[in-house]
Amino acid sequence: MSTPPDDIRGPSLWTSIRRPRRHREEGARGAIIAAISTVIVVGLILWWVLSSEAWPEVQQQFFNPDDFIASWPDVLGGFWLNIQMFAVAEVLILAVALVLAMIRALRGPAFFPLRALVIGFIDLIRGIPIILLILLLGFGVPALQLAGVPNNPLFWGVTALVISYSAYTAEVYRAGIDSVHESQRMAGRSLGLTQVQSLRYVTVPQAIRNVIPALLNGFVSLQKDVALVFVLGVREAVREAQIYNARTFNYTAYVAAAVLFLVASVPVARFADWYTERDRRRRQSVGTV
Amino acid sequence: MTAKVEVRGLVKSYEGKAVLRDVDLDVETHEVVCLIGSSGSGKSTLLKCINLLVPIEDGDILVDGVSITDPMVNPNTIRQKMGIVFQAFNLFPHMTVRQNITLSPTRVHGIPKREADLRARDLLDRFGLADKIDEYPDRLSGGQQQRVAIMRALATQPDLMLFDEVTSALDPELVAEVLNVIRGLKEEGMTMIIATHEMGFARDVADKVCFLDDGVFLETGTPAEIFGNPSLPRTQQFLQRIVDAGRL
Repeated sequence: MSTPPDDIRGPSLWTSIRRPRRHREEGARGAIIAAISTVIVVGLILWWVLSSEAWPEVQQQFFNPDDFIASWPDVLGGFWLNIQMFAVAEVLILAVALVLAMIRALRGPAFFPLRALVIGFIDLIRGIPIILLILLLGFGVPALQLAGVPNNPLFWGVTALVISYSAYTAEVYRAGIDSVHESQRMAGRSLGLTQVQSLRYVTVPQAIRNVIPALLNGFVSLQKDVALVFVLGVREAVREAQIYNARTFNYTAYVAAAVLFLVASVPVARFADWYTERDRRRRQSVGTV
Repeated sequence: MTAKVEVRGLVKSYEGKAVLRDVDLDVETHEVVCLIGSSGSGKSTLLKCINLLVPIEDGDILVDGVSITDPMVNPNTIRQKMGIVFQAFNLFPHMTVRQNITLSPTRVHGIPKREADLRARDLLDRFGLADKIDEYPDRLSGGQQQRVAIMRALATQPDLMLFDEVTSALDPELVAEVLNVIRGLKEEGMTMIIATHEMGFARDVADKVCFLDDGVFLETGTPAEIFGNPSLPRTQQFLQRIVDAGRL
């Protein structure tokens, strides 16, 4: 097997902000240069913003320590709901999307109706802005007043997120399933496994390993998109900040909410990069399997 | 006595290009048939057709006198009675040797896990790989991987084995260990169809040799007839090139 040149093989801008490992060994000199240039760039931007005549006013409106402290308990309480919504939605999304992707991967004319249904669903959902899906389900379904159907906006907000993200995540899984070589499927089928068994035991475990970085990327995205259910009046972090803003005409609570979202999502993003890099290195050491 | 496998007028093409054109083949029980011919002559395709891994266009394939190409036949049932081994091993890289071998017995044949484990251990003992039972395939040499692939196929206790150029991807010094496994199977009376480029092995192990050229069987006979006294110029030419390459 020929080895691709470094610039192709190394993690790109998209997968890691760090430079490839071998280049990191260029050592301390590189680190010093990076530190100095960062200080200069950040310093310039700060100086530029802070020198604005309107800065004191903006600081009062957005970065007021008193308002930060005053709004913090409510925003933090709301954020706990964000985390709960995220956890429940993510588990459901991973499961529903996998089922959709597996149905889509079934071959043969007998499965055509199922496949067509799944493809239609994915196309439909991916074509609707997520905010509209939340509004339509969150206000529309409770208005129907159907017996036995919950009319709680929180329930429908999370449902809308699950539906929308499942459609996207199903496509991530599908890319993973397609990335497993056809010969693996053949080997599975030749042993007498049914299509579903062959997917379940042979293709999907390998597919998931291939798309974990993409799935983690979806995690990061969902962590923030759970905030969208605020449009239904659900009292999560953004909604709490909005309430505070409406009461005080001060925007600092929004900054408090932003800090919470950042604190939650940056570690996941770094973990995704770390995992991707480790996986890449491990595969290269083993070679192509 | 009915033939184990009968192929009648088999036609198969990929994207309009004919790969098999009107192929007939009879394989008796306990018989070892070697398919020889240059790459692209249709050997692999024929084996994949018999395993129902690719749909056929015309003709018929009978196993134990029953047509397996009938749309009403469940291909999984057919495959449970035969094993196939591929050129590229196709072991499942995310499973250990044990898991590779026991997957089909436990999931398809409903054998309890403990019994399937014992059977896997027996097979590995027999082929000298007992110490590799909990290794992942990427820790094994090509020859070891291919032997595990053969065991994986044998674990379902098939009465017909198909071998698709199983030594073509191996380093030369690893070929013998795989071929010896197949020789052992012949002694046990396994019915086998073997597509191979190893002419010395074919001459040694085959009851019948079929020379496949451009999708048709040009010549069929005993190894002595085919290798000793080929009647057609095309066969002579093919074998001469093998001899020139030092492979026979």
